[in-house]
Amino acid sequence: MTEWWRKFEAFLETDPRDIGCDEAMGIMHVYVDLLAAGGDPMKDYPGMAAHLASCEPCAEDVRGLLAAVEDESVQPPNTMTS
Amino acid sequence: MDTDSETWLSELRDSGSRRDGALARLHVMLLKVCMKEAYRRAPLLRLAGPELEDVAHQSADDALLAVLRKFDSFRGESRFTTWVYRFGIIEVANKLSRHPSNRPQVSLDAEEWDRLPAAFGDDPLEKTQHADLISAVRRAVDESLTERQRRFFVASVVNGVPNDVLASETSTSLGAIYKIVFDARRKIRDHLTAHGYLDVAPDGTRSGDSRAKAEKA
Repeated sequence: MTEWWRKFEAFLETDPRDIGCDEAMGIMHVYVDLLAAGGDPMKDYPGMAAHLASCEPCAEDVRGLLAAVEDESVQPPNTMTS
Repeated sequence: MDTDSETWLSELRDSGSRRDGALARLHVMLLKVCMKEAYRRAPLLRLAGPELEDVAHQSADDALLAVLRKFDSFRGESRFTTWVYRFGIIEVANKLSRHPSNRPQVSLDAEEWDRLPAAFGDDPLEKTQHADLISAVRRAVDESLTERQRRFFVASVVNGVPNDVLASETSTSLGAIYKIVFDARRKIRDHLTAHGYLDVAPDGTRSGDSRAKAEKA
């Protein structure tokens, strides 16, 4: 069999748990915080995990947010006024 | 809600120097996030230097405005700063996808079916193996999709136009495009299964090794 056909078949697979882009954007910060804290967001948010497996733009956004959260240089300065 | 998040909200709801200080700190944080995100995505783009940094500055400004409009809706499901960063990431993604340098190289309405195997990583020289399968997919597209599904499926999957670029070119939301292509994938899969190009497993789903016709091609 041809390799592209195997990949194309996998691409055609749709997961009924997939929550779509709009809902994924709405919980991205919760998902990323859980991921950064060492939790298992795939278990708690299977619909989000299913979406990220097949939506590259949303997956890229999640990678970017995770990178920001894990980058200490962008953390808030210790100058809170209260 | 964690203490730091409560403090941020308290400062933003305050007035005078306390609020001004919080806004200044938020902007500094957002600018760092947007700058790093713009450079993180830069290898995928034909954009660099001052232009990229302009995108980061505009993104930080717009993200701060979005935060100010929406912070009363923050419910503490994450840290406040993570919620804030999200606006920066989304602004950078949107602005880069709409940037003139990121315009698609192919027409959105062209139908370059010969590109399909290469879009899925195959050697474009092996065309004789592809013809039957490409024809099967074209028939599935012709016979099972609506015109709108066909347009977005062909642009996104066959022509390889990134969905974020497609969204800005067609003034359609990313979520709507994803749903259109999602439904198209399911219909094409059903059509190919019904015509024997993909097998159906006993539980009703297709097996993972089901390409009898594909192997003949």
